[in-house]
Amino acid sequence: MQAATEKIALAKELQAKINAMQGLGKPSGEPAIAGLAPFDNAFPGHVFPTGAIHEFVSYEPSHAAATSGFITAVAGKILKEGGLCLWIGNEKKIFPPGLKHFGLEPDRVIFIQTLKQKEKLWIIEEALKCEALTIVVGEMKELGFTESRRLQLAVEHSGVTGFIHRFCPYSENAVACATRWKITPLASIPNDDLPGVGNSCWDVQLLKVKNGRPASWQISWMDKQFVQSGQKNFFSPSFHERHTGS
Amino acid sequence: MTRYASIWFPYLLTEYAIRKKPELRDVPFVLVSPQRGRMVIDSATATAMQKGIRPGMVLADCKAIFPDLLMVKSEPGRPEKLLYALAEWSIGYTPFAAVDLPDGLILDTSGCTHLWGGETAYLENIKTKMAAYGYTVHTAIADTIGTAWSAARFGQPATIIKTGKQRDFLLQLPPEALRLEPEIQARLKKLGLQRIDSFIDMPRAALRRRFGETLPLRIGQALGHEVEMAIPIKPVEPYQERLCSMEPISTATGIAIALQKLLEILCQRLDSEGMGLRYCVFKAYRVDGDVQQIEIGTGHPSRNARHLFRLFEHKIATLEPALGFELFLLEATKTETVTEAQAAIWNMQSQNDTKIAELLDRISAKTGNHAIRRFLPDEHYWPERSVKQAKPLWEKPTTTWRTDLPRPIHLLDQPEVIEVTAVLPDYPPMLFRYKGKLYTLKKADGPERIEPEWWLSDGLFRDYYCVEDEDGARYWVFRSGPYHAGQPEWFIHGFFA
Repeated sequence: MQAATEKIALAKELQAKINAMQGLGKPSGEPAIAGLAPFDNAFPGHVFPTGAIHEFVSYEPSHAAATSGFITAVAGKILKEGGLCLWIGNEKKIFPPGLKHFGLEPDRVIFIQTLKQKEKLWIIEEALKCEALTIVVGEMKELGFTESRRLQLAVEHSGVTGFIHRFCPYSENAVACATRWKITPLASIPNDDLPGVGNSCWDVQLLKVKNGRPASWQISWMDKQFVQSGQKNFFSPSFHERHTGS
Repeated sequence: MTRYASIWFPYLLTEYAIRKKPELRDVPFVLVSPQRGRMVIDSATATAMQKGIRPGMVLADCKAIFPDLLMVKSEPGRPEKLLYALAEWSIGYTPFAAVDLPDGLILDTSGCTHLWGGETAYLENIKTKMAAYGYTVHTAIADTIGTAWSAARFGQPATIIKTGKQRDFLLQLPPEALRLEPEIQARLKKLGLQRIDSFIDMPRAALRRRFGETLPLRIGQALGHEVEMAIPIKPVEPYQERLCSMEPISTATGIAIALQKLLEILCQRLDSEGMGLRYCVFKAYRVDGDVQQIEIGTGHPSRNARHLFRLFEHKIATLEPALGFELFLLEATKTETVTEAQAAIWNMQSQNDTKIAELLDRISAKTGNHAIRRFLPDEHYWPERSVKQAKPLWEKPTTTWRTDLPRPIHLLDQPEVIEVTAVLPDYPPMLFRYKGKLYTLKKADGPERIEPEWWLSDGLFRDYYCVEDEDGARYWVFRSGPYHAGQPEWFIHGFFA
């Protein structure tokens, strides 16, 4: 009996080590990031993985906005302790005053615009290699497997957290990123039953996660915090459910 | 001690004509231009000069003596252009090169000649190179521009006047060697003052009274008592390093090594003076006279040779060495003092700041400076004006970001027209059509009226509504102007998260 528990402990320890080597999950002892608790259970070691690449996919402008909002909120939580964010995109799309609402100081973000895919990949890779940065957000359409592996290798050395937001990709091809997310907006929860638009609500789907359990949450952004809603029927059916009938 | 070299081109224009038309090489010919209704000779070849033809003679007279004399029309402004080009070429010998009209160059050779192994070798090198281009040159080096000028024109070939020996050299020369106007020369001749030693010791007041201000001035300039300034064609950068190569360099590796060497020297100098580099130009002089350059800029004053080299690195490929470069020049055209206070920009360790600054420099070297932006709040309600670009990139915000009003996370660059169904007079829209798709709206907030600031621009006010459709997607739409002025237009301006 004792041998069995020892073995389980050993396996766990080894798994943690492997995760750390893969750039996923921090070596035990480091605290999880406060404020990201709702998501922690899906990840190996029950810690939201920083120092990894997270991939986001969206297909509609409104979903892209929701995804940007979610990324901003997560980035804001990670940047709490200070640091700098580099946001690399095609065009001027992000409206800096909107970032503040999600807890990210807009003047802590440096925006870089370039239309050329190659240049963008080069910049993202160079940025991910730079340990002085905390977060790098890259907006692009396509990301090949080889490219994503290069990015993942870069973060494993530097510990920078990367978010790749793919808008309207041709296919959701396999990439070497640690996770794949899909964020769609949900009808907002009214404030104190007042009419009008309430707090932002998202259907957060974690479609893929290395060594973790894919999951989905219905999350709203209230008072600069992620709040998970327990009562599912409180919301209207999610976009995904309505459009697939499932 | 300042040393000047004077280079005299006795046959500048005719040799240029030969360079353009090699068939003229063995033919005596003259360059002519019309003056007061007749053709006057501007310059003549050496062979024509031997026959007694001098510049300033009338062409018709010469034709009478030598009926088969060839003439070529001279171009106005050519000597200036030519001398400027030659001065540019001679930047390879000294950073300070000046045009000396009508037919010479002045080089400040201080501290340059030892690179060629002494002044004699320096002049010899110039002469050989010029001869290869087909130009005859007479050269001289002296302490003053005036003496160098006269030594080039009246002395032995490649005269070197030792420091302080200007007077001894000038004594034997005719007054023309002092760069005087023809009238003064004629007056000196008339008075029997054939050589400089016959009047150089006369009291200055007497000379001034009889010959005007110029003569004592010229004497003073030649002897070094008076200051004479030449205007260099390129202002000399205070932070400039040069590297001459023995053999022409034509490989990227060779260029990279040269660049690294220059950067190291420059950065050492900047470091010792507490300066940092903001803008830097690397010039490569090709054997055939072509000059190519690559340049970089940094966001922060930097003196890290490795970082600067990385900025230059991928631009090296744009240089075309052809037969090779013989001279490399590195100029820091913009420098700033490095203050330690600059370090704490993001309240992080200064080490990190440097790393980020270097990363941004690399990115801007790749994409151009305009690609990198940071935004600060600006005190305007009008959405397009509510943010301003941080200039410089590290500028601190002067006001805080507002969060009391709903602002979308994605803002369209230009508001886009939508078709809207809304209840009059000021209810939010019930549905709208955008890019061919119909959106049925369930919830709405608003309106938030924003007026254009009349002192900045005119136009209609906007009534902004924050609306949510049945999928839960949230949009920022506005009506431009009131209803009573016809059918107002509706626009979509942003997307909320």
